[in-house]
Amino acid sequence: MASISLKNIVKHYGSGKSAVPVIHGVNAEIQDGEFIVLVGPSGCGKSTLLRMIAGLEEITSGELRIGSQVVNDLEPAKRDIAMVFQNYALYPHMTNYENMAYGLKLAKVPKDEIKARVDKAARILELSHLLDRKPRQLSGGQRQRVAMGRAIVRQPQVFLFDEPLSNLDAKLRAQTRIEIQKLHADLGITSLFVTHDQVEAMTLAQRMIVLNGGHVEQFGTPEEVYHTPASTFVASFIGSPPMNLLHNPPGAQAGRILGVRPEHIDLAATERSWAFAVETVELLGAERLLYGKVGGESVTVRVEEGRAYPKPGETTQIAPRPDRLHWFDAATGKRLP
Amino acid sequence: MVDRNPWLNVLSHAVLILGVAIVAFPLYLALVASTHTATEIVQAPMPLLPGSHLWENYRDALLGSGKLGSNTNVVRMMWVSFVVAMVITVGKIAISLLSAFAIVYFRFPMKMVCFWAIFLTLMLPVEVRILPTYKVVAQLGLLNSYAGLSLPLIASATATFLFRQFFLTVPDELVEAARIDGAGPMRFFIDVLVPLSRTSIAALFVIQFIYGWNQYLWPLLMTTSEDMYPVVVGIKRMVAGGGEAAIDWNIAMATAILAMLPPTLVVMLMQKWFVKGLVDTEK
Repeated sequence: MASISLKNIVKHYGSGKSAVPVIHGVNAEIQDGEFIVLVGPSGCGKSTLLRMIAGLEEITSGELRIGSQVVNDLEPAKRDIAMVFQNYALYPHMTNYENMAYGLKLAKVPKDEIKARVDKAARILELSHLLDRKPRQLSGGQRQRVAMGRAIVRQPQVFLFDEPLSNLDAKLRAQTRIEIQKLHADLGITSLFVTHDQVEAMTLAQRMIVLNGGHVEQFGTPEEVYHTPASTFVASFIGSPPMNLLHNPPGAQAGRILGVRPEHIDLAATERSWAFAVETVELLGAERLLYGKVGGESVTVRVEEGRAYPKPGETTQIAPRPDRLHWFDAATGKRLP
Repeated sequence: MVDRNPWLNVLSHAVLILGVAIVAFPLYLALVASTHTATEIVQAPMPLLPGSHLWENYRDALLGSGKLGSNTNVVRMMWVSFVVAMVITVGKIAISLLSAFAIVYFRFPMKMVCFWAIFLTLMLPVEVRILPTYKVVAQLGLLNSYAGLSLPLIASATATFLFRQFFLTVPDELVEAARIDGAGPMRFFIDVLVPLSRTSIAALFVIQFIYGWNQYLWPLLMTTSEDMYPVVVGIKRMVAGGGEAAIDWNIAMATAILAMLPPTLVVMLMQKWFVKGLVDTEK
């Protein structure tokens, strides 16, 4: 069973007085076969967490289990994991075949077994014609596929992906994202995927862990994270354009922050509508984004193409949909029930 | 560089040809001298065109003849030089690879002390440390032996630094990927680091081989029997003379030409590796 269990994982860099805490007590239970995304801004600790699960960083305190085994002190090679790096980390002097076979060779897997596994992975990733070349003769997307091939042949319990799409151009990123989804559907191996891109998180995750400053802000499905964000951080991090957060919404109590997504605001005049002073308009093809102010606070409104919209400088009425409002505590940033 | 002035082209060629001529002329003279008899050489003016005694002279030089003051055959001397140069080169490269590996990839107590100690040895060329080294080698009973000729010269700070600089450019992810693949430190060293260092190793091979081949002071001091002389010492002894015997310049020149051949061969062979390594520098 390739479940992953994190109990109170803490990480400090340095020791004693000069210890810098980076991860503050992460708890998570990941089921066998799940595709989990660790998402958060730069410096939130997601890569550190992944590396601790891989065994490349030491866990300061807490318990990490893969399956039923406590693996805190196990070498990476013994944890039955495979990792795909942001910079591919392919051995430049070996052919692609040798790159994929290296781990198996070290594990003393018999040669014909190695060939069978590498050929199978190459077929899945459409690399069969590139096996005799060296990494430098491949494009970025192909190299990343070789790196994934190297991970697949190990037939591990867990796949770890460390921002594997960040070095690819936008079109390739979308393509490779789909390939990763297909791979997970075919192989069903528990996967942990680190990214700072919330689009990747939303599209790939079965559940996602939103991290901020070493704390888990929310651990839930993309639906949950989008519809019921647990804090203002999650609310503004997930969703593009980000959710509007109003500290002093017209007609509301003090000490509460109102959140409403740009796509859930209508251009309409109702009894509850707000005066919206338009400052800039962005045209995106399928939609328009209106940037402006309500009572001094910045608000973004999304208007579908085809509908009439105000020009910069005009003031109009906007009405947030009453069933799409989110309330957060102003002091803690946490969601109010 | 877009160069519109054809005269600059002519000028650069002229300068280069002049440079080559200045460097190559003495070599040419030596080659010519090795094809004449001794008396023909010392007659003024010195002959500028090759003579007819090529094979005799080289045979005499290689096999040794009764004619010379110093009588060692050059084959023996070249063998000594070759062994010493190879031992020094291979030894230096192996030791420096390992010490650079330790310095870059491991944490251990007194690491910085070791690093600076190695660095300090750069201030101590052979000449500076020659007396203590002689004493130690004599006490170990290694005078006049291959070991004594090569061991004192076998550690190299320059090579260690060269490899250190190179290892620092190897991305950390490669180490991590190897760790995840199950490679321990020595596996990583043999399977990944050394193959990647091919260019540096080729460059160092050439430099150290020539260094070892050209060693003069140390062998001169610590060898006492003629059959342990490296070839550069041998050449000097041939022209030492002292006045009692006429110097056989033709044999000496032949020896000099022979002595130049192995380093030239090494450079030519290693060039292929150099260039190959320079061309495929992508990670």
